Amino acid sequence: CFQYCLSGHPTLPCNVLKFKSTTIMLDCGLDMTSTLNFLPLPLVQSPRLSKLPGWILKDGSTFLDKELKECSGHVFVDSVPEFCLPETELLDLSTVDVILISNYHCMMALPYITEYTGFTGTVYATEPTVQIGRLLMEELVNSIERVPKAQSASMWKNKDVQRLLPAPLKDAVEVSMWRKCYTMPEVNAALSKIQLVGYSQKIELFGAVQVTPLSSGYALGSSNWIIQSHYEKVSYVSGSSLLTTHPQPMDQASLKNSDVLILTGLTQIPTANPDGMVGEFCSNLAMTVRNGGNVLVPCYPSGVIYDLLECLYQYIDSAGLSNVPFYFISPVANSSLEFSQIFAEWLCHNKQTKVYLPEPPFPHAELIQTNKLKHYPSIHGDFSNDFKQPCVVFTGHPSLRFGDVVHFMELWGKSSLNTVIFTEPDFSYLDALAPYQPLAMKCVYCPIDTRLNFIQVSKLLKEVQPLHVVCPEQYTQPPPTQSHRTDLMIDCQPPPMSYRRAEVLTLPYKRRYEKIEIMPELADSLVPLEIKPGISLATVSAVLHTKDNKHVLQLPPKPPQPPASKKRKRVSDDVPECKPLKPLLSGSIPVDQFVQTLEKHGFSDIKVEDTAKGHIVLLQEAETLIQIEEDSTHIICDNDEPLRVKLRDLVLKFLQKF
Amino acid sequence: MPFFRLGPGAGQDVGRSCILVSIAGKNVMLDCGMHMGYNDDRRFPDFSYITQNGRLTDFLDCVIISHFHLDHCGALPYFSEMVGYDGPIYMTHPTKAICPILLEDYRKITVDKKGETNFFTSQMIKDCMKKVVAVHLHQTVQVDEELEIKAYYAGHVLGAAMFQIKVGCESVVYTGDYNMTPDRHLGAAWIDKCRPDLLITESTYATTIRDSKRCRERDFLKKVHETVERGGKVLIPVFALGRAQELCILLETFWERMNLKAPIYFSTGLTEKANHYYKLFITWTNQKIRKTFVQRNMFEFKHIKAFDRAFADNPGPMVVFATPGMLHAGQSLQIFRKWAGNEKNMVIMPGYCVQGTVGHKILSGQRKLEMEGRQILEVKMQVEYMSFSAHADAKGIMQLIRQAEPRNVLLVHGEAKKMEFLKQKIEQEFHVNCYMPANGETTTIFTNPSIPVDISLGLLKRETAIGLLPDVKKPKLMHGTLIMKDNSFRLVSPEQALKELGLAEHQLRFTCRVHIQDPRKEHETVLRVYNHLKGVLKDYSVQHLPDGSITVESILIQATAHSEDQGTKVLLVSWTYQDEELGSYLTSLLKKGLPQSTS
Repeated sequence: CFQYCLSGHPTLPCNVLKFKSTTIMLDCGLDMTSTLNFLPLPLVQSPRLSKLPGWILKDGSTFLDKELKECSGHVFVDSVPEFCLPETELLDLSTVDVILISNYHCMMALPYITEYTGFTGTVYATEPTVQIGRLLMEELVNSIERVPKAQSASMWKNKDVQRLLPAPLKDAVEVSMWRKCYTMPEVNAALSKIQLVGYSQKIELFGAVQVTPLSSGYALGSSNWIIQSHYEKVSYVSGSSLLTTHPQPMDQASLKNSDVLILTGLTQIPTANPDGMVGEFCSNLAMTVRNGGNVLVPCYPSGVIYDLLECLYQYIDSAGLSNVPFYFISPVANSSLEFSQIFAEWLCHNKQTKVYLPEPPFPHAELIQTNKLKHYPSIHGDFSNDFKQPCVVFTGHPSLRFGDVVHFMELWGKSSLNTVIFTEPDFSYLDALAPYQPLAMKCVYCPIDTRLNFIQVSKLLKEVQPLHVVCPEQYTQPPPTQSHRTDLMIDCQPPPMSYRRAEVLTLPYKRRYEKIEIMPELADSLVPLEIKPGISLATVSAVLHTKDNKHVLQLPPKPPQPPASKKRKRVSDDVPECKPLKPLLSGSIPVDQFVQTLEKHGFSDIKVEDTAKGHIVLLQEAETLIQIEEDSTHIICDNDEPLRVKLRDLVLKFLQKF
Repeated sequence: MPFFRLGPGAGQDVGRSCILVSIAGKNVMLDCGMHMGYNDDRRFPDFSYITQNGRLTDFLDCVIISHFHLDHCGALPYFSEMVGYDGPIYMTHPTKAICPILLEDYRKITVDKKGETNFFTSQMIKDCMKKVVAVHLHQTVQVDEELEIKAYYAGHVLGAAMFQIKVGCESVVYTGDYNMTPDRHLGAAWIDKCRPDLLITESTYATTIRDSKRCRERDFLKKVHETVERGGKVLIPVFALGRAQELCILLETFWERMNLKAPIYFSTGLTEKANHYYKLFITWTNQKIRKTFVQRNMFEFKHIKAFDRAFADNPGPMVVFATPGMLHAGQSLQIFRKWAGNEKNMVIMPGYCVQGTVGHKILSGQRKLEMEGRQILEVKMQVEYMSFSAHADAKGIMQLIRQAEPRNVLLVHGEAKKMEFLKQKIEQEFHVNCYMPANGETTTIFTNPSIPVDISLGLLKRETAIGLLPDVKKPKLMHGTLIMKDNSFRLVSPEQALKELGLAEHQLRFTCRVHIQDPRKEHETVLRVYNHLKGVLKDYSVQHLPDGSITVESILIQATAHSEDQGTKVLLVSWTYQDEELGSYLTSLLKKGLPQSTS
């Protein structure tokens, strides 16, 4: 069993598992941090951005000044933003049989894999994962496509050029592999290859392997996966949460008895407590609005935003914010809010109970009804008429490189009354803000990452006790910025096996058994013998059939009756055909009883001699001797077949067959 | 191995469903329906049939409810709270949400309106629902270590499911009520090729091959339209959830298209609520509704308004959906009594009515009905029956059997004569046994399951390595030892079995003396023997070793001179018990002597 590691990003994993005879891709995360190296895509022409100076090399050469722009000491690529794809050269991706998706954030590279690698298999994901994943992709494609950019920079990617650039561009990995965003037809084609699955559904792959999604507690429809045969079990834990937010709680019990547990998608902010962050978010929001400022919340259109809206629902009246408009702007805002209400079965118990009443599970339904929350597909159209300040705007993209958020950054950045509050943990907020510097607006960093922290991981591992843990290398050492925090790494015995991008691991386990079915006719013919109390044995001679990776044992066919021909047969006709298969023997022969038995069967002239290791029984008349030792019996006689067979049967009476 | 038992209340009767299945030592009750045609003890199944002594909780491993119709779940609070059952009850999420509403609704009609006692209370419904575990579609629910169940989409009504019940290799599929063609709001039932030992299928429409849905819909709209045009009132008795929503969607779009003005009402406060369930459980509806729900939710009606009792006396045309669907009580019956006398009016029965209900009486042509207080009600209004109830017809049932490939089929929830026809058809087409037990009758079905065991990988690899070139004529025999300990079965090589049990192998060896007349020197005799054997045993490995002995596979042959007779050589042929056939064959071969020709 091998693991090919195609992504180096611990929370946006992409691994391929060769398990028995199947090739299984686990997640297909898309690393979007690459977009931070690009200039933002403004919806309306931004004089500030278009006036940025071109970057000039130290030696004064200006050949890159069209591609690279400088802003407050940082250099950005002036081009359509590009994404860092999973490794596609490590193995032939057309051999991938299935792709298992754990949550909607971890499927963003799917179109690149399914549409460009010759992939012909099936993708498995839960219904909320697919629906919300589609929304995320739609938003991404939409926000990039609606701002057509003439320029597609590529000169800077030249290896000789890249090493002349300042950090972080100089150190960016695999820039030649960076790709532009996919299109909606590609998204649709990719999503059409998905088969929907439910939690705890057992899915058979080629009769050899069974995969099962389990609730992971992190997002609507998010799953961990069990990949198992009858005797091996690999658990794939990706993006799990033990906090009570809106999704169904994590199923931990089913992860027990794993040979290998692959652990990815831990919290990216291990030192922040999500509850505390939500509190800070609310108070900063209230303070800004009370002072007459606007609040900008860069966010994804699904996920944490549901929890934030729910907190605000409880908070706004007591904080005196009932008259402040909340705007949610995204091409998929309406769909996201609607979809969140129809996945009752994937929600936590409290929300499920509400649906039974029947009431919408999320209170944002009421916020919309009472006009406190309004949603728009974009800043164009209705929004510009309704727009009132001060207000709170939720919009994407959290990278601040594309989407309506770019517009609000430009609009509100110059006033210190306004605040941008970062809640999504995927991007460094300082890097995200870099092309907007210098900024007057306040920046508050309240990253809310509900995924497992290291304390929870260590508790989880104690609970489920996998034989081996496999994880990205980042989890086996403290974070680079906090090297003294040895508590911020995975601690388990045996120590975890770590992987990095473009590595192949051999997973450590050995199986010893396989499942086989004994057909009823054969089972009926077996004669079990109790060897020890509670343990019975039966010797089995049967025909093995193997089809579709399933093994079946059948009764051997009856030998055909020899044709009653009188023709003289040639000697060779009598040569035994198939290898005779006789059982092994065990036990020992008590000499006295054996001699008595011989006498009973008409042997009279028996003489017994003792030897060093046992006895010799002599049948004088027949010129036959039988050497009996603890673990062996040797019958030496003249070529008298009936006699030999008779003696054999008498000996076998004292022995057990295996 | 017998494993199946049926009872106490389904069989040849559409009145209610309640089936007891015993499979490999596990007892599962499928549905717990009440009979709408009775008002006495007969309306609930006779649970003493399940077990005379001992508690139901001890006897039953679980209860499964297929959907929220009362003939499938109406006796549940009686069963769990009054008879007494504390084990798990499984149903899908929508069923769990809607079932208590319908139970409460029915309880109100029975107790509050009819004044009956000895009926379950509101609290009992709540307590009963606490025992319910909700299941997802296709989720494998492990009831205990051996028993697992899995739900499949059944169409029929929101949340309706078919259930697979599995113990080891043995399995049963229970369909509940299902629908093999998608309708205006639900999708079609689907099951994979799960090859159950037994498929228990409903057979409400066992003989009907229904005309296309579109024709029925057109017919329905035409009748409603004509009645409204001539100023008549249309009463459509329905159950609050299910067909009602389908017909509402149908009328809503028709009214919209034809720009009709006559009011459409939906009785009871349940409407709003019912439609809300459909909105929240939209993932259980059909593809089209799910796809478009963000833009336009099909369950938000413009033309259909809530009904007030006073509206029934309003002049002019109107269409009213009223509950319950069989005209046996409640608002639909009240309206019916008001409108029955006018021939301009029409009642459309869109579903099946059980015997004893007013619905059943008027459908069988009765036009003078005896109501409470000996009052005679003359029915002059037009009575129409339009089967909109979403059951599979004969074609659908056959289709499901084709999908699931069961080894046996059992028909329930139908009428004997029609079932007989279907039974023959199934047996002819699929060559499987088909059963149709009467109410309370027990059917036993024997299965012959294969036994799964663990085979050691070493043994399997050894065998598959040998069998790489499969010879069809001469299948290879595999040889192993089955170790049975507690409940585990392991097939290992005999050597491993001995080792595991801490036993030593006992070697049994034979050595036979064969006398051969040959005056030549010993080594020449050996060479002659070697050449002879090599010629005869072409498929075997025959070797002449440097020490002068010969081996044929593992059989050893040595030659010595006879102590007395120089012209006779003694061949010692030695072999183990495991090679007995070959050893014995060699001795008899050598006994025949050596051919003369070899020199």
